[in-house]
Amino acid sequence: MRPLTLHRLLLQCLLLLVILFFVVILALKFGAVPVSLYALGRDLLRVLFGQSSGISSDYGLIIVNIRLPRILLGIIVGASLSVAGTSFQALLRNPLADPYVLGVSSGAALGAILALIAEPHLTISPVFAALLTPLGAFLGAAATITAVYFLGRRQGQIDSSTLLLGGVITASFLSAIIMFLMNTLTGNLRGLAYWLMGDLSTSPQKSVYWFLGIGFLAATGAIYTTAGDLNLLLAGEKEAMHLGVDVPRVRLVVYIAASLLTGLAVSVSGAIGYVGLIVPHAMRLLFGSDHRTLLPTAALGGAIAVVFADTLARTVVAPAELAVGAVTAIAGAPLFIYLLRRRMA
Amino acid sequence: MSGGSSHARHLAEAGRLANEIRLSVEQVSYAYSANPAQAPLFTLEATSFQARPGEIVAILGPNASGKSTLLKLIAGALHPLSGRILLNGFVTHTLAPRIRAQRIAVVQQESRLLFPARAWEFVLQGRHAHGRSLRFESERDVMIAKNALAQVGAASLSDRWMDQISGGEKQRVILARALAQQPLLLLLDEPTLHLDIAAQVDLLDALRRLAAQNRYTVVVVTHELNLAAEYADQVVLMHRGRCLRLGPPASVYRRELLEQVFQTPLSVEFGASGRPRVTVLAGT
Repeated sequence: MRPLTLHRLLLQCLLLLVILFFVVILALKFGAVPVSLYALGRDLLRVLFGQSSGISSDYGLIIVNIRLPRILLGIIVGASLSVAGTSFQALLRNPLADPYVLGVSSGAALGAILALIAEPHLTISPVFAALLTPLGAFLGAAATITAVYFLGRRQGQIDSSTLLLGGVITASFLSAIIMFLMNTLTGNLRGLAYWLMGDLSTSPQKSVYWFLGIGFLAATGAIYTTAGDLNLLLAGEKEAMHLGVDVPRVRLVVYIAASLLTGLAVSVSGAIGYVGLIVPHAMRLLFGSDHRTLLPTAALGGAIAVVFADTLARTVVAPAELAVGAVTAIAGAPLFIYLLRRRMA
Repeated sequence: MSGGSSHARHLAEAGRLANEIRLSVEQVSYAYSANPAQAPLFTLEATSFQARPGEIVAILGPNASGKSTLLKLIAGALHPLSGRILLNGFVTHTLAPRIRAQRIAVVQQESRLLFPARAWEFVLQGRHAHGRSLRFESERDVMIAKNALAQVGAASLSDRWMDQISGGEKQRVILARALAQQPLLLLLDEPTLHLDIAAQVDLLDALRRLAAQNRYTVVVVTHELNLAAEYADQVVLMHRGRCLRLGPPASVYRRELLEQVFQTPLSVEFGASGRPRVTVLAGT
């Protein structure tokens, strides 16, 4: 018997933090413009000591003003999607659940686009205007997961294949609406097509970073308070109830928090798929399926995966760029098929 | 009042508690309906019985007799239409899930896992209701889980994967998880359903020993006439949503009554132990 201890959990997180650090260095160094490790270290130290004005070279500006914010965005987006995927998998008792596969990302994207369309017609202060897109994305995500949840229910029980089918159908339906909206719209909204495939290249304003960071911590924290309950929910809602889980409360908290995470991620980066699927599975293989370890390790693993995938997206066809969503889909879709086949066997 | 007499009163209190009614099912009824406007598909008529610590009660009946519904009501998973169920004086269905799980453990027919888990991890789940959601298991929890596995003779299974052990072994580990909850009331829904005869006897022997040692009140739902006769102190005989007869097996097991309930010719004999034995007379 070897129950989980805080010590072991911290050790696992530390290991992943070290990996994340190296991936971040890699992401800073590589790109259309190569930067030497020496220059990289010098400029990063300057940022750390608050001497950003001392950075004058073009390379330094590329690192500090372009690559660093993009990496930060990748970290938050990856961690959010991965935690959301882990949560949906536990709540829906479906190892194939992922915000993208379930259509939640599409719902969030539609919500974000509707918010973008509505924004010019509303008279609100610019600070609130910047938060309108994440809010729309959150509402879109929450509405979609509610719809998919009821689509996937049969006689009071969640049916695994009906749920996945419901999610896929919902996703294609919502994508069709998005296409329709984009074709009827003109001007700068047309650039959304690229964003929709999952893209980290447009850095949002500084205030949005704060909003993202705080939203991520709050939602992940809320989900983490139910980590022990999620372990029991894997055995089914009735059994969890008999073991002392307040199922309706846990369900509500986790659905809202996971929708918020999906909404936040999609509002800044579009629908990056399969991160919420691949990463939790890898972490389960490495560290076991206890949610008290799975949630933090999945968050760190998601950050690593997206920053790494984005580095690939920036360098593989440089000086052109791929959408990071294309990179994750190329890696994730075959894995999804593999997991699906294994379940049916 | 002197300290001595107060101590004596405590002793008297403790003695009284040991013989007190622990579970009291009072005129409990229920109705299932697919649609509130329509007539119910199934009704459980007002049912009452009581059980003391250390007692094994078997709820016996054919399929669709209402025995599982009665068990769900006792577990607090369903709210009765009328009547109430008291456990040590508390109405079970109004308790918060966590408090209820500290007092009532339920062993269900099937326990399916989504991701692989080892037996000890599974048993530790029984400690969930005794701590907060985020707490890491203490030494004490681990001790209790180890004890629970040992009590059902499954200590050697501790490090095995749940999906790689036999049906009988799995049923023991599920029972161990229920014991780790340290409940007052242990509820089992057809625990012997998929077990071979040796495993059935093992499980029920363990149950009887545990009920006597730990003073659990045990309620078992079953349709196995002879196992109920052999192991139960009280039998609640259910038929089409009604409790037909209640009492020790020797008084409930009457040939005409059982033939009517189970719709098959059978004979009832009484062995040396005074417990009835039922033989189904197939093909006569």
